[in-house]
Amino acid sequence: MLILLALALPTLAGLAAFVVRGDRLRRWVLVGTACGHLALVAAMWVRRPRPLWGDWLVIDALGLLLLSITSVLFAVASAYALGYLDREGHQPHRDFEEGKLFSDAPEARFVGCLLLFLACMTLVASTQHMGLLWVAIEATTLASAPLIAFHRHHRSLEATWKYILICSVGIALALLGTFFVAVSAARPGGESSSMLLADLMSEATRLNRGWLEAGFILLLVGYGTKMGLAPLHTWLPDAHAEAPSVASALLSGALLNCALLGILRSQQLLTAAGLAPFGQRLLVVLGLVSMAWAAVFVIRQTDFKRLLAYSSVEHMGIVALGVGLGGAATFGALLQAVNHSLVKGMLFLVSGNLLAAYRSKSTRAVRGAVRALPVSGVLWVAGLFAITGSPPFGTFLSELAVLKGAIDGGRWWVAAAYLGLLAAVFAGMGRIMLRMAQGEPGEGVVPARREAWSAVLPPLILLGLALMLGVWVPRWLAELIASAGQVVGGGPWRV
Amino acid sequence: MGWEIDPILVTLVLVNLLLLGGSRLVTCIRLVAVQGVLLGILALLVQVGWSPTRAVLLAGGSVLLKGVVFPRLLSRALRGAEIRREMEPYVGYTPSVLLGLAMLALTVWVSSRLTLPLPAASHLLVPVALFTTLTGLFLIVARRKAITQVLGYLVLENGIVTFGIALSHEAPLSVELGVLLDVFVAILVMGIIVHNIREDFDHIDTDRLASLKD
Repeated sequence: MLILLALALPTLAGLAAFVVRGDRLRRWVLVGTACGHLALVAAMWVRRPRPLWGDWLVIDALGLLLLSITSVLFAVASAYALGYLDREGHQPHRDFEEGKLFSDAPEARFVGCLLLFLACMTLVASTQHMGLLWVAIEATTLASAPLIAFHRHHRSLEATWKYILICSVGIALALLGTFFVAVSAARPGGESSSMLLADLMSEATRLNRGWLEAGFILLLVGYGTKMGLAPLHTWLPDAHAEAPSVASALLSGALLNCALLGILRSQQLLTAAGLAPFGQRLLVVLGLVSMAWAAVFVIRQTDFKRLLAYSSVEHMGIVALGVGLGGAATFGALLQAVNHSLVKGMLFLVSGNLLAAYRSKSTRAVRGAVRALPVSGVLWVAGLFAITGSPPFGTFLSELAVLKGAIDGGRWWVAAAYLGLLAAVFAGMGRIMLRMAQGEPGEGVVPARREAWSAVLPPLILLGLALMLGVWVPRWLAELIASAGQVVGGGPWRV
Repeated sequence: MGWEIDPILVTLVLVNLLLLGGSRLVTCIRLVAVQGVLLGILALLVQVGWSPTRAVLLAGGSVLLKGVVFPRLLSRALRGAEIRREMEPYVGYTPSVLLGLAMLALTVWVSSRLTLPLPAASHLLVPVALFTTLTGLFLIVARRKAITQVLGYLVLENGIVTFGIALSHEAPLSVELGVLLDVFVAILVMGIIVHNIREDFDHIDTDRLASLKD
């Protein structure tokens, strides 16, 4: 029942947002739905909902974990959106890169798509049917495409085009992979098996190995495109940089995790079939490639939203690596996914504040952020340390757990490469982001004595949560992550 | 059942080859529509023995969307534009057709080596499905115009659906309808974006969409 409510609430509210006339009412529908969704998810923690529709909709540990991250981030982002939409207004804006005037897409469409996006992500987290999972993940792409095109200018149109084409093609391959898995599960008599994860796993040892492995590769390529694993990530920096900051925060913090879930479900199946090492090897390679690729582009980056986008590629690489290493690293990888969502969501929201004050995305144009924007500037610096895995933030703990997994497994080369790449990204991001924070703000930037609450409180909350996870991981969360990790071949974790 | 569906499968192959060699956008849109209709008939023939209502529903939806709605949507995205042909594709038409024949040979060879745990309705189904999928991928990477890339996506999706029709007889109706709905929305959104790109840029050459880079 709770699952149905969590699905129906954002769907209905999203459809309503398209027809509601008043801006004020519509924005409150957004925030109200986000809070309602959060409350429903919190209720799922208290009492896990029963499976619905013959096990099609099941909230297991993995699903609940990702649903919770999504819901928290969405609630915070919607509070930010309240102020953002207010400041944005309806008048045409001057494009600060090309100097032309552009207008925004209708606000009703933006809010409606945000809510439908939440509904699609809820479906991703709550379904256990491989076919329905595909339908839901593709639907997240479609619901989020109009968000990227909110500012109607050349660059956002280009980014949206790349996003929808590359992701749709990638995800189409995942559909082929899903069919391959269906073939692998066919019984000798020609009867086909159900595509429910539980059914597939219960007879996993019987599955045809060749078809299952081929299917996994297609699923990995397909969902990996959406998750932003290099070298399939080419849409990601463009889309994250051109979307409004609220949408970037959700794309990076919530959408990438949905694609991750697609990969984790596939890995779950391989693990049950006794083929876990096959998937893990591929994940380790893709993870390290993503980290290396991101490091190269982070170091020479001149656009701060693209900088954050490449950092997402790096973090998805860490998560893939952690799942690939198995053992304690799986726990680290899932905790890393949680931490990344919180910190990256916060950084994208702050980047929106910087963008509004400096009217530029260039890392050279922004100077003295701490002086010009006392709260956002400090948050920006704190975010730098949080995203690069420095203590006392949660990322430190999770990145350490991934390292421990590599060392436990005796994989010294992987551990060395991992540490080296983390250091490179730290140096690259630190140089750029500290330079933006320090010094005197340039001409024409009016120091804000007081920043709007709606602009600084949401990122502050996210940073607080990330800090909390660094000093204290609540027992219930640790237990949930541990049981989520076990289904994808993880081992126990003891601090 | 092979004698009924083999002619359809052979026609699908011919449509793919025509698409690889075709330069007029209107013709390409029509060819993809024909492919969609053929796919609907295929679904009807293969699945009608399993569950008639479901086969009729899916085939009807597929024919209506792919045969009627999509061509209209895509033609509308082009209306009023002076864009008639795919000029200067990355890979020329004759080499495209030759490569297509090579891909066909490859998929036939690959399929002959695959062992299917299921009895398929026709031994041609798997090679044709894979060939259509490859044709779609090829069109996406070898053509410049956004509209041709959308067509490539549709062909890719048609290929994958052919595979699904052939092998997963009992994929639940809700999933199949969900897939159809997703494709519909995808084409709708892509059509709108192509339209906006045309209005904003006065062209739909994707290689000239290159302002975003590192």
